[in-house]
Amino acid sequence: MSRSIKKGPFVDPKLMKKVSEAQKSGSREPIKTWSRASMIMPEMVGVTISVHDGRRFLPVLITENMVGHRLGEFASTRTFRSHVNKSDRTVG
Amino acid sequence: MAIVAGVNIPDNQRIEIALTSIYGVGKTSSKKIVSEVGMDPNTRVKDIQDDDLTRIRSAVERLGILVEGDLRREVQLNIRRLTDIQTFRGSRHRKGLPVRGQRTKTNARTKRGRRQTVAGKKKVAAH
Repeated sequence: MSRSIKKGPFVDPKLMKKVSEAQKSGSREPIKTWSRASMIMPEMVGVTISVHDGRRFLPVLITENMVGHRLGEFASTRTFRSHVNKSDRTVG
Repeated sequence: MAIVAGVNIPDNQRIEIALTSIYGVGKTSSKKIVSEVGMDPNTRVKDIQDDDLTRIRSAVERLGILVEGDLRREVQLNIRRLTDIQTFRGSRHRKGLPVRGQRTKTNARTKRGRRQTVAGKKKVAAH
């Protein structure tokens, strides 16, 4: 079920505060956040946000057509190490 | 033979059903089209008069129903957008895996196609 429109989009207020400060001072410094569930707002465009993937912070440069998505969609939480090749497998 | 929205040539069926063979028209929009034109949904396509057919064609446009090529293009563009901005969903589309969090340990055959055997574990001999 989708979120009630009445509530408006969810953005971590602390993150929003940092974004608006960065926009005002024009700093290019990436903003670290754990808030993967936050919706990307139009005000965030042009800011680099480092999204936590559980281990590291992945820098994401917000562009216009990312608006409406959530931060977590851009930072995969999975590490895929390729499957073992048959010939590499030790015979046991 | 009747052509509505490009190349579609439904026949013998009731108009309400025949319209659903257009890509992008299901039963709901089909009913809408028929009631917009104001004809009996039970008439067979072969019995439809020519001017009724033109009215059906214009009704499809008037109701703003995206069909065939336009709809396919829109879907393609939406997927392109997801892959271009490097979302998780985009990567799932690229890999040809299910996008909405379904399991892939088993099943997901519609998306992944026919089974491909991967040379794998040797069976351990039973004691």
